[in-house]
Amino acid sequence: MSAATSPYLERSPEWKLPYRGTVGMACLIIAESAIFTIFVVAYLFYLGKSITGPTPREVLETPIFFTVCLLSSSLTIHLAGKELENGHRRTFMILWSLTIALGALFLFGTALEWRRLIFERGLTISTNLFGTTYYSLVGLHAAHVTVGLVMFGIVLLFGLADRVGIEQSARIGTLSMYWHFVDAVWVVVFTVVYLVGR
Amino acid sequence: MSSDAMAIPSARTEVRPWVEVAHEWVTTVDHKRLGILYIVYALFFLVVGGIEATIIRIQLIRPNNDFVSPQVFNRMFTMHGTTMIFFVAMPILFGFANYLVPLMIGARDMAFPRLNAFSFWLTALGGLLLYFSFVGGNGLYGAGNAPDVGWWAYAPLAAKAFSPGPSSDYWTIGLLVSGFGSIGTAINIVATILCLRCPGMTLNRMPLLAWLNLVMSGMVLITITPLSAAQIMLLIDRYLGAHFFDTQAGGSATIWMHFFWIFGHPEVYVLIIPCFAFMSEIIPVFSRKPIFGYPVMVGATVCIAFVSLSVWAHHMFTIGMNSYANSFFVITTMAVGVPTGIKIFNWLGTMWGGSVQFKTPMLFAIGFLFQFLIAGLTGIMLSSAPFDWQLSLSYFVVAHFHYVIVGGILFALFAAFYYWYPKMTGRMLSERLGKLHFWLFLLGFHATFDVMHFAGILGMPRRIYTYEPRPGWETLNFIVTIGAFIQVIAILVFVINLVFSYFKGPRAGNDPWDAWTLEWSVSSPPPDYNFASIPSVASRRPLWDLKHPEDPDSRYE
Repeated sequence: MSAATSPYLERSPEWKLPYRGTVGMACLIIAESAIFTIFVVAYLFYLGKSITGPTPREVLETPIFFTVCLLSSSLTIHLAGKELENGHRRTFMILWSLTIALGALFLFGTALEWRRLIFERGLTISTNLFGTTYYSLVGLHAAHVTVGLVMFGIVLLFGLADRVGIEQSARIGTLSMYWHFVDAVWVVVFTVVYLVGR
Repeated sequence: MSSDAMAIPSARTEVRPWVEVAHEWVTTVDHKRLGILYIVYALFFLVVGGIEATIIRIQLIRPNNDFVSPQVFNRMFTMHGTTMIFFVAMPILFGFANYLVPLMIGARDMAFPRLNAFSFWLTALGGLLLYFSFVGGNGLYGAGNAPDVGWWAYAPLAAKAFSPGPSSDYWTIGLLVSGFGSIGTAINIVATILCLRCPGMTLNRMPLLAWLNLVMSGMVLITITPLSAAQIMLLIDRYLGAHFFDTQAGGSATIWMHFFWIFGHPEVYVLIIPCFAFMSEIIPVFSRKPIFGYPVMVGATVCIAFVSLSVWAHHMFTIGMNSYANSFFVITTMAVGVPTGIKIFNWLGTMWGGSVQFKTPMLFAIGFLFQFLIAGLTGIMLSSAPFDWQLSLSYFVVAHFHYVIVGGILFALFAAFYYWYPKMTGRMLSERLGKLHFWLFLLGFHATFDVMHFAGILGMPRRIYTYEPRPGWETLNFIVTIGAFIQVIAILVFVINLVFSYFKGPRAGNDPWDAWTLEWSVSSPPPDYNFASIPSVASRRPLWDLKHPEDPDSRYE
C-alpha cells in the first residue's frame, strides 16, 4: 500500500496533546510530594517524643525574612517566564538572576540557622528525635532548592551565551513549575516545623 | 487485504563487529532496545532468584537438614525476595511497557528517550550493587556478606547495632537507586501515553494495555517514593547516627513497618496491573472477540489503584493495632476484591461464546485466571484479622503471595512472552516446547504452592531454617521441593525455547495472531522508527478496521 492512500479510515483535523515537559514535571512533582509526605509524617509523628532536649520551642527561631525571599522568588521566576514568552530577553535575564539571588539568600539563611543550632545550641542530627527529623526534613527541602539553583545556573550560563530565546520558553516553564513546587513545599515545612511544631 | 502490504523490509542484514553491536546496545535510547535490555536483565535475575529459591527448598526437603548454614539460609530468602520483586518483576514489566506502549499508541519512541536509558541503567546499577554485596559486603567487619535482614528489613534488625557491616547498606542503596530508575520510567510512560498518542487515538480508544500501564505508572509515582523516603531515613540512621527507627532514643520500629507497607502493598498492584493488561490483550485475540466491558475494565483498574493505597496495614495485624485500625484495614482489603472480581468476570465474558484458540499464550492466560482467582480467595481469607492472627507469618501466607506472584504474575508474563516474542524477534516460539513448558510448570507450580497452604495450616512458620520431624510436615515439604524441581525443569524448557526459536523458529510475519492493535501493523521486529508514517485511528481496534473495511468498528462508535 502506498503512503498516499492512508489505510486508516479517518484523520481528525485537530489533534493537540499536552506538552511532554509539563506532564513529566507534573509526574515528578507528584512523586516528590509522596517523598515529602513521608518526611512530614515522620516529623509530626515524633513531635514531643524526644527523650532528651533541646526541644523545638527552646531553639527554633522563625525565619521570616528568608521565607519572604524564597516565596518572592516564585513571583520573579513567573515574571521571568512571561518576559521570555514575549521575547524580552534582557528583562528575562535580570529577573532570572534575581530569582537565583533570592534562592541563594534562602539557602544562606538555612546555613546561618544550622550553624547557630549546631554550634550554639548543640543540636545535631544525632542529638535527639527532634534533631533527626528537623535536619532531614529541612535538609531534604534545602537539597531541592540546591538542585533548582544548579539548573537555574545552567540556564543563566546559556543565557549569557545568548542561547536562551522564545523557543526555550516551554522548557523554562517546566523549570518554573519545579520551583513553584519547591516553594509550596516550604510553605508546608514552615507550617509544620515553625508553627505547628512549636 | 493482507497486512503484509505494510511490511517494511529490515535494513539490518550485514554482519558487523561485535564491539560495534555492543556499543550500540549500551548507548541506545531506542524504546524497543531498552525494552529488550530490561527483559533480558530481568530474565537473568529470574534465574539467579530461582537458584536461591532452589537452595531454600533443598534445605527444607527433609527435617534437620544442613545443606546450607542458617546464616546462608537467611541471606538466601532475603536475596530471593528482593531479587524477584525489584530486579525481576519490576524491570520485566517495565520492559514490556517500554517495548509495547509506543507501538500500541502509534508513537515513534517514548516521550523522554534519554531519561529512558538513564532509568534502565540506574535499575541495572541497583541490581549490580545488591549482588556486589556477596563480594564487597564482608568489609573489615567479618559480619557476613549479603543482606540477611529479610526483604522488609524490619527495624531494629536493620539498625547498625544488629546488622553491622555494610551488607544492609547494599540492600538499601541498591533499592534506592533502582527505585529512582522506576520513578523515571513511570514518568516516561505517563508522559508518552498522555502526549504522544497518534491522531484519533483518544483515551477512550486506547488499547487496554496502554490504559493499565498508565494507571500502573501513576501508582509507581506514589508508591515507590515512600520506600525511597524510608530508605533515605534508614541510611541517615545508619550513617549519621540519627534515630528514626531507634527505639532506644524514642524512635519507633512500627513506623518503619508502616512506611514499608505503604510501599509494599500497592507494589503488588503495580506488578499485577500490567499483567491484567497482558490478559486484556491476549484473551480477546484468542477468543476472537473484542474485550467485554472496556469502560468497566478501565474503571475497575482505577478503582483498584485507589483502594489499594489504603490496605497496607493488613500486613501488620499481628503487631497489635487498635480495633478501629484493624476494622478499617479488614474492610478496605475485602473491598479491593470487588473491582478485581469485576475484571475476572470481564475476561470470562470475553471468552464466553468466542471461538477460543488454545495456543500457548492462551493456555497461560487461562492458568492465570484460575490461579489468580484462588490467590484472591486466600487473600480474602487472610484479610480477616482474626484469621490472620492464626496464620500470619506461616507458610499459608507464603503460599498465598506466591500464588499471586507465580500463579498470577509469572503465568501472565509467560503468556506475554509467547504472544509478543514473534513481534520482538521476528520468530515464532515453538508451540510444542511451549505446551510442554506450560504443563510442566503448571504441575510444578501446584505441587509446590498448593501444598504449602497445608504446611502453613499445620503451623509451619515462614523463614524457618529447619524443623524437627513431626506429623505431616516432612511429606508436605518433600512434595513442595519436588514441585520446585519440576518448575526448574519447566523454566529450562522455556529458556531452550527462547534460544532455539531465536535462531530456528518459523518466521512470524507482521501479524501471526491476526490481532487488532497497532504493533501488529509493522514488521517483526519493528524498524527503528516504528511507523513509516504516523498512523491515524478511528476505533479501539485499528487493524480490524483495516482488515474489514466493509464492517469497521468505527461505524459503531
